[in-house]
Amino acid sequence: MPSRIEHGKSVWGPGFWAPFSACGVILVLAVPILNLWVPQSSAAALPDYLVPLLGKYLCYALLALSLDLIWGYAGILSLGHGAFFALGGYCMGMYLMRQIGTRGVYGNPLLPDFMVFLNWRELPWFWWGFDHFAWAAAMIALVPGLLALVFGWLAFRSRVTGVYLSIITQAMTYALMLAYFRNDMGFGGNNGMTDYKDILGWDVHESSTRLGLYVASVVALGLGYLMCRYITNSKLGRLLLALRDAESRVRFLGYSVTNTKLFVFTVSAVLAGIAGALYVPQVGIINPSEFSPANSIEIAIWVSIGGRGTLIGPIVGAILVNLGKTWLTGAAPETWLFVLGALFVLSTLAFPKGIIGSIRQIRWVRSRPSVALSAREQA
Amino acid sequence: MKTGGPETNALLYLNGVTVSFDGFKALNELSLVVDSGELRTLIGPNGAGKTTMMDVVTGKTRPDTGEVFFGGTADLSRLDEAEIANLGIGRKFQRPTVFENLTVFENLELSLADDRGTWGTLFARLTPDRRDRIVATLARIGLADYSWQLAGALSHGQKQWLEIGMLLIHDRTLLLLDEPVAGMTDRETEKTAELILDLAKGRTIIVVEHDMAFVRSLGARVTVLHEGSVLAEGSIDHVQNDPRVIEVYLGR
Repeated sequence: MPSRIEHGKSVWGPGFWAPFSACGVILVLAVPILNLWVPQSSAAALPDYLVPLLGKYLCYALLALSLDLIWGYAGILSLGHGAFFALGGYCMGMYLMRQIGTRGVYGNPLLPDFMVFLNWRELPWFWWGFDHFAWAAAMIALVPGLLALVFGWLAFRSRVTGVYLSIITQAMTYALMLAYFRNDMGFGGNNGMTDYKDILGWDVHESSTRLGLYVASVVALGLGYLMCRYITNSKLGRLLLALRDAESRVRFLGYSVTNTKLFVFTVSAVLAGIAGALYVPQVGIINPSEFSPANSIEIAIWVSIGGRGTLIGPIVGAILVNLGKTWLTGAAPETWLFVLGALFVLSTLAFPKGIIGSIRQIRWVRSRPSVALSAREQA
Repeated sequence: MKTGGPETNALLYLNGVTVSFDGFKALNELSLVVDSGELRTLIGPNGAGKTTMMDVVTGKTRPDTGEVFFGGTADLSRLDEAEIANLGIGRKFQRPTVFENLTVFENLELSLADDRGTWGTLFARLTPDRRDRIVATLARIGLADYSWQLAGALSHGQKQWLEIGMLLIHDRTLLLLDEPVAGMTDRETEKTAELILDLAKGRTIIVVEHDMAFVRSLGARVTVLHEGSVLAEGSIDHVQNDPRVIEVYLGR
């Protein structure tokens, strides 16, 4: 419903581009300026450690956006979206591991430290190509995308929907977590991959590199948003809303529900993978806990609090909830899970439309009070 | 199993179709032939198999045995819902099912006879030609003033018309209408009868209905179903005077 409010106005008019560009410019410029040019002693200065933290929030925002595309519009509640995020992250992690070269603890020119530790003699075949950024970049999109394509095809073809789909996505991420915990999978077992040195030749610990990664996250979020906005405002976007509400009716109109769902599910998984790939160099580690089912549920909470089916909502929700998490886990760590649970219950019961959904509803009711009434009078 | 179609000019051809659910035979050796351009009404008591017949024709239910052919060659028992819809068979459900969170205009836009592929739909443009067809359909179903209203806010009767409009705009060859006047006021029922008679010019329509006054107003050939097979067929006066029909249905 929230997305329908804009009808009549141009989706791509100046009313959209002005605030969008303003947000983009502020996000891209403010952080480097406050970090680099404002003296560190000033109250307005942004300390170095906050830059990757903000970058991390933006990655979460992109992840939440990707879930909103399928949950808010197509009604597909994936509770395993963390898996696509983690797979993208692992692809980036593999690239970063290959950049370490001989600077590891063992100084082995051929193998990452954890493989030397496990007495492996040669690089497994699936590590091939990860020395090159282009290969890694392709895999960041392909691996989550292909998994989504295969998983989605099996699920949607068999018409698995609703809570059953949510359960099997949880099972998927759980299974991947167990697999990645195993040392002989070749992805570093429960320690995962860390101690990165360079990305594209730049030192990952340098503040300029961190600013670069932050800006890359802003750009990725912006482009992801534009793409989701295009999809949801196209005829396909209206088809998504239609199948969310009356799936079998869509079939009798001659559309393939399977293909439509598969398309958005795959797009969403690729976005989640890109978010994960940008996340890893900024937090400096990827390990199997990223696959944990609880992580994926948390994404749904961000989307729900921000407002599903709004695209902006999940971005706002992810940033606000994570700001709260960062603050509260420092101030009173043991209370965080209770607060998160309470937020979810509250948002479901009191604000089912979330922050942005509720704001839009208020604005909509104020601006067009006569629509519902006049319909009833004439009928 | 025959690979070609049966030798007939019928648009819809059902022969010996049986569907059973846990031993209950919803359709029992049902044979039904509907000619091209015909308006046919289907009546029968509850559980006679009317809705199951529509489910079989539209691919929602697969027959256990029997043949279902469309246009002489297309074997409907082997196709899925979307493939059957794309052959030109449209269905209106018993309860109005419009897309409540889309506007009336958007409901019709999705129903246009257009590329149904994912890419085609993603990059679809609302050309003036398409817009005109939607506007013309809106006028025909009497919803021109409701174009930008969410379909969920329409009255029951308006939803039924919108659903008929969604079939109309696609230019289907065969329309299956399941109880199109259920829950309508007398005025709405009259208007719907006019709309259906108007639609019947140029396409084949099968109407399932309980409302005998409405069936009479359509003045079409009537098929009476009972326990999953055809009990009687003919004009409304003919079937109303048939003692078996009176026994199972009309007499009560």
